[in-house]
This record gives sequence, structure tokens and C-alpha cells, in this order.
Amino acid sequence: MSLDLTIAVSKGRILQEALPLLARAGIVPEEDPERSRRLILPTGRAGVRLVVIRAADVPTYVQYGAADLGIAGKDVLLEHGGAGLYEPLDLGIARCRMMVAGLPGATPAPPTRLRVATKYVTTARRHFAAQGRQVETIKLYGSMELAPLVGLAHCIVDLVDTGGTLKANGLVPLELIAEISSRVIVNQAAMKMKHDPVKALLAALADAAGVPATASGGRAGAGGGG
Amino acid sequence: MTDQDRWLLPEGIEELLPPLSGRVEALRRRLLDLYRGWGYELVAPPLIEFVESLLPGMGRDLDLQTVKLTDQLTGRLMGVRADLTPQVARIDAHRLRREVPVRLCYLDRVLRTRPEAFGGSRSPLQVGAELYGHAGVESDVEILCLMLETLELTGVPDVHVDLGHVGVYRGLVAAAGLDEAQEAALFDAVQRKALPEIDALLTGFGVRGAAREALAGLAEWNGGGDCLDAAQAALDGLRHGVPEALAELRAIAAALSARRPGVPLYFDLAELRGYYHYQTGVVFAAFTPGSGREVARGGRYDGIGRVFGRARAATGFSADLEPLVEWSAAAADEPARGIFAPWSDDAALQTRVRELRAAGERVIWELPGQTGDAAAMGCDRRLVARGGRWLVEPV
Repeated sequence: MSLDLTIAVSKGRILQEALPLLARAGIVPEEDPERSRRLILPTGRAGVRLVVIRAADVPTYVQYGAADLGIAGKDVLLEHGGAGLYEPLDLGIARCRMMVAGLPGATPAPPTRLRVATKYVTTARRHFAAQGRQVETIKLYGSMELAPLVGLAHCIVDLVDTGGTLKANGLVPLELIAEISSRVIVNQAAMKMKHDPVKALLAALADAAGVPATASGGRAGAGGGG
Repeated sequence: MTDQDRWLLPEGIEELLPPLSGRVEALRRRLLDLYRGWGYELVAPPLIEFVESLLPGMGRDLDLQTVKLTDQLTGRLMGVRADLTPQVARIDAHRLRREVPVRLCYLDRVLRTRPEAFGGSRSPLQVGAELYGHAGVESDVEILCLMLETLELTGVPDVHVDLGHVGVYRGLVAAAGLDEAQEAALFDAVQRKALPEIDALLTGFGVRGAAREALAGLAEWNGGGDCLDAAQAALDGLRHGVPEALAELRAIAAALSARRPGVPLYFDLAELRGYYHYQTGVVFAAFTPGSGREVARGGRYDGIGRVFGRARAATGFSADLEPLVEWSAAAADEPARGIFAPWSDDAALQTRVRELRAAGERVIWELPGQTGDAAAMGCDRRLVARGGRWLVEPV
């Protein structure tokens, strides 16, 4: 049986910050993924290849087993639900926050049902439901900050990095929903049938990211397949 | 709906067409013969029953998966089965009432509100076998072997078996004294092997000592047999049935390896498939390269019959037959064979056709004025009158 590994990554900030970690684990793409137009990139490590896809598609590829592993932001995983995936490693890269934002003083209950504009509909609904509030979500694909300014929504749920875009548009962060960073996700069948190479790669990436490879802080068993 | 899309089927609802339908039926017969050879009797529970009996005190998952409607006769709520196991358990506990071990098998359609997995069917053809009335690991081993033979017969290549035991997690949760909400949060993180989240949750719950070490380690104890050694060291001092669960797992693995030395075994103590359904002991699944999810699964679910008046030890496996048939594709696609017979009232021809059909041949009448010749009708031979006799000749 083939023990080749396919790793799904997305262009942009996650890939930029993940490439040095992958390199330290011995995985260097043969072409620059940011500039190459190829979707499947062989790497310097035999049997390991990268597939370059949209960030929101990474969990889907890994879930179906089209990729054995993937690197995905926690924001995408929260929205996707993560069913059928393992997410054993937090790489601690591409850090930002999932926040509720709006015009100053926007969340105290408006007379009508709170309207929330977001790309993260599930996450937003779950966050407000946990507070006992039913909200109306409006799915948008970009430029969330505009929605409260033109009266489309009372507030937005979005990723906030430096807060520069919010500030430039007169919005303020209102509530923290979750701290976001990138996780390594693993297909369930790959974890079982390609156990040794997968575990070895996880250990190498954990090492490169400088995070403990296990929840208990030890490394017992993690490098066993290397 | 417009006239143009009247042909659309609901999402996740499929129909079987030739040649796939023929292959599924052929496989169905061979599987039922296999089970008969092992002493498993076929049962055919009803498509629909009252929800109380379809959901004997089980988790919400199965409830949400069940399509429901109101019985016009009684006003009671009925459900279309989403899983055959509770029905078969009812049959064993209430209808058969035998004291000896009971072996039952089934092959029927179920209906689900949503596909169980991504891209899955909402109306799978569920095949499975259950063994009631024996609590030892031997019946688990028998069921595992039968699952492997099922996959072999189907032609699924290179099967890997994944073994776990819900008793380990259950015992650890008891040892840590977690409440229901805490346990549900931890369960979710453990299922995803989200190590950083497990760590954060345990810290939040204030779990300390050996139970903490063990719960934190759970998501790491997977792999070959050596991971059980690592687990053993950490779990030995614990009570709540944890060491016993581990010993059972080892015994099952040893017996399975002795019977099926070529089958790779993988252990995963964080695998809690069916934990909220009805599983109580060993849980297992079969994987094959090229499939991103399991192709068959099962485990022990003692006590399932309690709500039907008789709690019996129980173990079993099940699989969705239709995806499995894809694996048998290569072997089954043989060229079409058949005999084309001219339409005629001739008694000798009628007799000849009856004989050929009785011998297992496929004989098709040529309808007068029809479109298409023998080859177009999938026939490689034809019946021809030669000197007063009907002979079979190649086309």
C-alpha cells in the first residue's frame, strides 16, 4: 500500500507562515506555491506533495480523504464543524481573533432582532445562541465592515488581526468569540492506515512549531514511527 | 418544481440501475448464504414502527436521524428506521426469547434525515450480523471474523481493522468525576483528537492526578500494539473497569491475530464510535486504502434489550452495502451472454427455450418488428431451425 502523503494548504498568510515550519520538517515545495499556477506541488521529500486550494476547502479535501493532512485556520474549522477530522496540532501561526464588531455601542439589544453580517454564519449563530439570543444572520463574502455603515446589519462577526480596517471605518471590536490560529488536521482513515508517516510528520511539525507534541506535555510515542 | 426537473430525486436518495442493481442482488445472495453457513438467521424487521421502540433510550443522534410521522390510526408518533440494530435487539429480547446464544443477520434499507457522513446516502442498504447472549470476548472475535469475511466476499482489498474500547473512556470520565456537560465537551475534543483543547478543558475542569494523565493521553494512544503498553502503564492503577477494558481489547486482538494473521490491526483508545448510541465495550471499524472513511463497523452493546424486557449481552457489525459493491466491480463485469429466440408458436421451440432457461441460460424472445438485433439485445447466440431441430448458434 502506498504511504505517500498529500497535504492540503491554502495560499496567503497561513501558507507564508507554514512554509518555514514545513521546511524545518523537511518539506520544501519544488516551486514557490504563491507564484506557481500548478495545483499539485511535489516537494523535496519523496512521497510528500502539497495541494494548493482555497482556505475554506481544506477541511473538505481532508474529510473526503483527497488529502491526508491539511493546514487550516481554526476559523474555518469552527465554521465547518470539523466532523470526521482529527485536529491534533495547533501550529500557533496566523494568529488573529474571531470577534463581534460594530459601531460603538451596537450590541445592546436593538428594538428588532439583531442582524449580523458575516462570512461565518454557523459560528455567529452559535455564539449568540450561547448568550440566549436568536439573531438574523446575513451571509456576505467580503467587506463586512461596510454592512453596519450602510444599515445592512447591526454588527458583524469577522476575523480581526490588527483592527486597522475596523478603525478606518469607525467600527470597534465588541466581543471576543475565539482566539484563532492554524491547526494541522488529519483524515481519520489516513491516521489509521498511514499511521507511522503521519505521526512522524506531526511530531516533526510540533517540533518545528515549538509546541509540545502531546497534551500531557511529554513526547511518548509521538516519534515512534519516525 | 417545474416540468423540466420532475425527474430529480431528493438529495442523498439513489436508485439502482443495471448493471449495478444486478451486482448488488448477486452480492446480497452470496452474503446471506455466507451468514447462513455461520448459523446466522435472517430477520426482516418492519420499515416503520413507533418511535419508542426504534429509540430504546439512546442518544439524540439516532433520534435526529429518524424520519417521523404521525400514525393516522392511533395518533402516536412513528419513525422510519434509521438503524436496524435496535429492531433486531427488540426481536431477540421480546419476540424470540431464547435462552441460548442467538445469531441474527439482516439486509435492508434504512432512511436517515441526513447522510451519516459527507456525501453519503440518506437511504443506505444496511447489512449486518448480531450475536446475542454471550458476554465474552469470543463472540466479539466471531463477529470481527464474520465482518472480515463479508468484506473479503465483497472484494474490498487490503482491509485494516481499527480497535478501541469505550470502557476506557467511560471509566476515566467516572474516575475524574465529570458531570454531563463537561463530559460532552470533552467527548467532542477527544473525538477530534484536539490535543490543545483537551488540555485546556481538563485544566478548566480542575481534573488532577492519574485520571488527568490518562484522559490527556487518550488521544495519543493510537497505533500498533505498543500504544497499548504505553496506555497500560498509565491506566493500571485506575479502577472503574479501565484495566479490565484494556485486558479485553488485548484478548480480542490476540485472538483475531491468531485467526487472521495477515490483517493489520490498529488501536485507538480515543475512538468512541457509537458511544452515545448504545456501545458498551469493544468498538471496531474496517478501513481500506482509497476510502476516506470506514467501510464497516461494529462493537459490543450489552443491555440494549433492557427496555424490551430482557437485557442480553450483544455484539455485532454492520456496513452499507452499496459503496461496497464498487469494490467488486472488476470481477463482476463479464460480457453479456444470452440467446435470442425468434417469436413462434412452434411447440419444439417452446420446449427448447424452457430447457435452456432451466439450465440457467438467459433466453430473450425476438418480438416481431422490434428495433435492434441479437447483439443490441445483449445476446451472443441465437436459436435457429436446422432440419426440424432448434440449434443454438453463435451470432
